[in-house]
Amino acid sequence: MSVTAEPQSVPESALEEQFEATIARKDRIEPRDWMPEAYRRTLVRQVAQHAHSEIIGMQPEGAWIGRAPSLRRKAILLAKVQDEAGHGLYLYSAAETLGVSRAELTELLVTGRQKYSSIFNYPTLSYADVGTIGWLVDGAAICNQVPLCRTSYGPYGRAMIRICKEESFHQRQGYELLRTMMQGTDAQRAMVQESVDRFWWPSLMMFGPPDDASPNTARSMAWGVKTHTNDELRQRFVDMTVPQAEALGVTLPDPDLAWNEERGSYDFGQPDWDELWAVVAGDGPCNAQRLAHRTRAWREGAWVREAALAYAERERAERSEQAEHTEEAG
Amino acid sequence: MSEPGTPVSGEWPLYEVFVRGKRGLNHVHVGSLHAPDDDMAVRHARDVYTRRNEGVSIWVVRSSAITASSPDEKDPMFAPSGDKVYRHPTFYDIPADVPHI
Repeated sequence: MSVTAEPQSVPESALEEQFEATIARKDRIEPRDWMPEAYRRTLVRQVAQHAHSEIIGMQPEGAWIGRAPSLRRKAILLAKVQDEAGHGLYLYSAAETLGVSRAELTELLVTGRQKYSSIFNYPTLSYADVGTIGWLVDGAAICNQVPLCRTSYGPYGRAMIRICKEESFHQRQGYELLRTMMQGTDAQRAMVQESVDRFWWPSLMMFGPPDDASPNTARSMAWGVKTHTNDELRQRFVDMTVPQAEALGVTLPDPDLAWNEERGSYDFGQPDWDELWAVVAGDGPCNAQRLAHRTRAWREGAWVREAALAYAERERAERSEQAEHTEEAG
Repeated sequence: MSEPGTPVSGEWPLYEVFVRGKRGLNHVHVGSLHAPDDDMAVRHARDVYTRRNEGVSIWVVRSSAITASSPDEKDPMFAPSGDKVYRHPTFYDIPADVPHI
């Protein structure tokens, strides 16, 4: 994109004032506005991590497409995994408006310098996991993402609006899958319960560390990048999920889970935060496998990207040659 | 850091995507994507931005082909319209009992 006139050199303090005023008005920051370098860096990190999560998130469920038990379930799962790819692309395109390239972000992912959500480092051991991921993991993602539709950076908020519209399908298909299994045999019901037992705590970890261990939260909230703290969103998720678990007929594996009349919310236990830090540091059950798969797809796809460019180049050359001939003939 | 839309060598160029939601509406910018050429950009746009009947028509344009006004909100570009309140209907006092105006 080119700009008709470069803005006159304005002192940085004036630009910063203008930026702060835009944030204070709850107006959006748009790509070519001046922004503090730390704001830009925070956003690149958060949006890229979000995009990487969508792309890596295709793997645990993608593994079940071939084994889904009916054409209906296969079609649903395919559509869902395709959506994850789409969500990754919306987010990469939002990240690119901050001046980083797609290839750069992918390199940062495959070399382990940027992270993705820890939840995708857990394996999908049974088909019930497809349902549990839709219900709990996508349910937690929705809690996180709905407030992000109003985040201060325009392109990020707009990407989130598109994503949230589609997430609802993800959660409902998961819940319906689990309901169907719960109406099946004892073995199927046991499979659902076992899956919920494995995914409950990692789902709670998706909201990030407790507020007192989340050093970036205050600044992100002051900038309007985040609008709620990790603990607020975790509470909201628990309150939404407990009645859904009851309706489904599964128990959530937390002995401390209890309704608190005074607060009008559920009390619940804390996840094992050491486990979260270990998974984030790379020691989760599937970290190596997920990254190896992504790296292989990226490297092995290189010739396709190059061939498509070479083809486009040849077509362009042929067209301009033809145009020259036509001109000569005319 | 590079200006968004500048092609990185070896990377597919960036396109901006505009979708007409339904007949009677304008094409609206929905986001961007990378594609090797114009035709593939339309195909990718269909897959990325219209998986649920979001559109009946797609435009794609290379990001590098767009010329934009300066992002500064206080830009003199928009100043001429700022002080011309008489261009708005509310500028004119009409007695309350005059109908249909």
